[in-house]
Amino acid sequence: MQIDIKYFGQIAEVTQQKEESLEFSGTLVSELLDILYNKYTLLKDKDFQVAQNQELVSIEAKVTGTEIALLPPFAGG
Amino acid sequence: MSRYSRHIILSEIGQEGQDKLSNAKVLVIGAGGLGCPILQYLAAAGIGTLGIVDFDVVETSNLQRQVLFGTSSLGQNKAEAAKKRLADLNDTISINTYPEKLTHSNAIDLFNQYDIIIDGTDNFETRYLVNDACIITNKPLVFGAIYKFEGQVSVFNYQNGPSYRCLFPTPPEAGTAPNCSEIGVLGVLPGIIGCMQANETLKIILELGDTLSGKLLCYNALTLQNSILKVKRSQEIIDSVLKDKENFNKQQVDFNCEITPIVISIEEILLKESIQFIDIREPHEQPKVDTLPVTYIPLSELENNIDKIDKTKDKAIFCQSGIRSKRAVTLLQELNVTNCFSVKEGAVEIIEINNRHCEEGTTEVISPK
Repeated sequence: MQIDIKYFGQIAEVTQQKEESLEFSGTLVSELLDILYNKYTLLKDKDFQVAQNQELVSIEAKVTGTEIALLPPFAGG
Repeated sequence: MSRYSRHIILSEIGQEGQDKLSNAKVLVIGAGGLGCPILQYLAAAGIGTLGIVDFDVVETSNLQRQVLFGTSSLGQNKAEAAKKRLADLNDTISINTYPEKLTHSNAIDLFNQYDIIIDGTDNFETRYLVNDACIITNKPLVFGAIYKFEGQVSVFNYQNGPSYRCLFPTPPEAGTAPNCSEIGVLGVLPGIIGCMQANETLKIILELGDTLSGKLLCYNALTLQNSILKVKRSQEIIDSVLKDKENFNKQQVDFNCEITPIVISIEEILLKESIQFIDIREPHEQPKVDTLPVTYIPLSELENNIDKIDKTKDKAIFCQSGIRSKRAVTLLQELNVTNCFSVKEGAVEIIEINNRHCEEGTTEVISPK
C-alpha cells in the first residue's frame, strides 16, 4: 500500500522534507514508525503524535488510511 | 455607540452580540508574540474585562514581533506596558494586570475570575499548567503555539471537547523542544496565529460559526498549507487531572514531568540479576528474541495482563525500536507497576548484543520456555 507521510515542525527538519510517499506492507502504525525510525535515526529523540487521514490515532492503531502525519508539539509563543 | 458600529451593523453580531463582548472576561497568559495581537484585537473589539499575566520585561529583541511595545516600553513589565497601549486603544474597558509568574498556587483563583483563558505562553511547563488549571476550573482554553514558520491553533476544554493533554499527554523532556529565543521566529507568524486565537475567542463569546474545539489547525507560513486534524477527548486523561484537584495548588511546576520512562541499554540489563524480559510487540512481529526467557504481552493487551508481570523482578521491556517500550513503561508506571525499564535497543540489536555476550561467556544461553 502506498502511504503519503507529512512532517511538521522539528520532524520535517529531521527528515529534511515536508512529505514523502512510502510503500508499506505492514499492519500497525507502530510498524510504519519503525521503518521511519530506521530511516531517520534522529527521529527517536523527538516527541510527536500521529494523525491518520487527518485524525489523531494511537501508535497501536491499524494503518487503514493512505495519509499519515507526524505532529510535534510547539512551545513557542 | 459609534466605536463598535462596524460590529453592530453585522446582523450576526448586532447590539446583542456587542453586549456579550462587553460582559465577557478574558484572561491572556503571556503578553509576548501571541499575547500582543490577541490583546490588541480583543481590546479593540470591546471585551469588557481583559486580564494580562506576564512577569517578564520588554527587551529590544521583542520589538520585531511584539507590536504593542515600542522603544519607550523597554525595561518595563510586559503586562503593565501592554495595559498602557491598550488603555489608549480603548478607554471603555477594564484591564487587570498580573505582573507575576503563573504558578500552581495562583492559577486556580485567577482563572475563576474569568470566562475564557488564552494561552500565549512560550514554554511547555506553563502550557501544561494552563491546561490543567482550565480543566479544574472548567474554563475554555484558546490555544496557540508557534515554531519558526509554523503555528498550531485549537480550542480546548470547551463543550465537552478534548484538552491539550488529549493531544499531547505529557510534556516533552526539558530541552528537546526549543522556544523562539533559542531558534528564532518569523515576526509576522505570532501575529497570524494570535489573530486566529482572538477570532476563536470572539466566536466562543458570540456563539458564532464553528470553533476549533476537537480540531488542531496547523498553519505553515511558507507554503500557506493549512491542515486541520481531529483530536478526540480522552476522559481518562481528563479524570487523571481532576483526581489531583485538591493538591493542585501544592504542586511544583515540574510535577507533571515526573513520570518519564527509564530508558536503559541492553548491555546494562544483561549485567543485572533476576530480570523479566517482556516483548510488547504484536505476535506477528519478527525476529523473536529466543535466546532470552521472554514473556510475550502485546502493548494493546498490556493492561489486561498485569498478572503475567513478575513483581519480584526488574522488568526489561522491549519492542522493535525502543519507542513503544517507552510507552509501555509509562503505562505500567501509571498502573503502579514498579521497577520497569524500557530497553533502548530494538529486538534485532538485542539478539546481536546478547549473542556477543554469550560468546564472550558473560551470560548464559538460556533456552526458550
